[in-house]
Amino acid sequence: MTAPRAAGSGLYYPKMSPTWWLSRPGYIRFMIREVTSVFIAIFLVILLIQVHKIAQGPEAYAAMVAKLRAPGWIVFHVVALVFALYHTVTWFMATGVIQVVRIGDRQVPPALVVAGNFVAWVAVSLFILYWLLARS
Amino acid sequence: MTEETVTLEVTRYRPGHDSEPRTESFAVPYRKDWVVLDALNHIKDRMDGSLTYRWSCRMGVCGSCGMMVNGVPKLTCSAFLRDYYPGPIRVAPLANFPVIRDLVVSLDDFLEKLRRVKPWIIRDVEKPVAEGEYRQTPAQLDAFKQFSMCINCMLCYAACPVYGLAPAFIGPAAIALAYRYNLDSRDEGYRFREPILSESVGVWECTFVGECSVVCPKGVDPAAAIQRSKVAGAKDWAMSMLMPWGGRK
Amino acid sequence: MSPGKTIEPFWWSLFSVGGVVAAFLLPVHLFLHGLAIPLGWVSLSHARLLALVGQPVIKLYLFVLIALPLYHCFHRLRFILEDIGLHGYRALLAVLCYGSAITGTIATIWVLLHI
Repeated sequence: MTAPRAAGSGLYYPKMSPTWWLSRPGYIRFMIREVTSVFIAIFLVILLIQVHKIAQGPEAYAAMVAKLRAPGWIVFHVVALVFALYHTVTWFMATGVIQVVRIGDRQVPPALVVAGNFVAWVAVSLFILYWLLARS
Repeated sequence: MTEETVTLEVTRYRPGHDSEPRTESFAVPYRKDWVVLDALNHIKDRMDGSLTYRWSCRMGVCGSCGMMVNGVPKLTCSAFLRDYYPGPIRVAPLANFPVIRDLVVSLDDFLEKLRRVKPWIIRDVEKPVAEGEYRQTPAQLDAFKQFSMCINCMLCYAACPVYGLAPAFIGPAAIALAYRYNLDSRDEGYRFREPILSESVGVWECTFVGECSVVCPKGVDPAAAIQRSKVAGAKDWAMSMLMPWGGRK
Repeated sequence: MSPGKTIEPFWWSLFSVGGVVAAFLLPVHLFLHGLAIPLGWVSLSHARLLALVGQPVIKLYLFVLIALPLYHCFHRLRFILEDIGLHGYRALLAVLCYGSAITGTIATIWVLLHI
């Protein structure tokens, strides 16, 4: 951000406000998208600790799971899940714009690329659930 | 019968007299088919001849009349008064650029960056005229046509917060035009543009806010061009790390 | 690297890969480990979990799941901080952010090796 120059020098250099990101809906959506990464990072740390607790034994792991039942942590994970889904949606939509897929001479419509990503995401998620829960 | 009016709140700045811009209000006739540019012309013709602003074609192809209308970068020849009724309508100079006078901003930085990316066909050897034209299939044209629609109106620079925060950033239009020429089958100048784009103030400053593409009046989608250039740049970087002796065309 | 070239493409590539991993894998794992298991919607015995995380393939999967999105998150955090006005401290921010991601990677490897 540059400071305004004195009168008489001619050019006026405008200042950018530190709350520039509040001034337009597009900017606010951008900030929300970026902030999703903070919640994801916190969850990753918690997940790593969970893995560590699994290695430490049944009591340690059960104690951690009990702690995660606290309303505060449940609220955090609900919020984090919403943010993670927002990341997924915005990421796939960006992929449609960035990833140019060509079949022969023709370009695959971006909407189809995005849809393909969503289908793959649902398939992967369902597979993980099946793999963890349905198999004994 | 008194005619209906709409108020325009216009930024005024006189270099040498004002230390910073101020706002002046004008009540202009509200006509359903008028655009903000018509209102500005009315002010200059009938109310205050000193009002200073750029315009030319008044039909959205020259890129001269870009200004902030209610905080959004727009071509004033395409901003209809009826879309802002009942107003007031704030008209300010294009954001992120130094103001010369009233609604006129300095284009120097943008023009310098435009020159830097060499936005023209570069050939190792020019084909002689006698040999005929360069031929392009429709598919080859499709590859870059969208990005050739840029009219250099600089609305994207006004919308880009990164350019506002870090003016050294080369910016959306410059990258989109570099990308347009890199994609042109007639062009052989990738190796001249790649060093410019691969600088830290090249494509890597962009954080994909995406507002540049939202405000672009010609549907160029510079954000897409920048992200695709990042992919290309990342591949180039990986290749240069793995094969430092290799060269690209 | 020639003068004018920067290491930004390296961090951006990691950010990209981490973003893909986060987009595909994180929602289901957030649901499982943050909600379904603590709230008892599903039951996974500790014995089963321990057997799972002991397998080398699962350890590799966990490394990808946890370590790679860290680069995505800290790359974004770095630019958030730059964009809210700390652009002058970009060198320090880069060191702190990517340093944290690297620390997280080392911690992940340590945890996975000590199962």
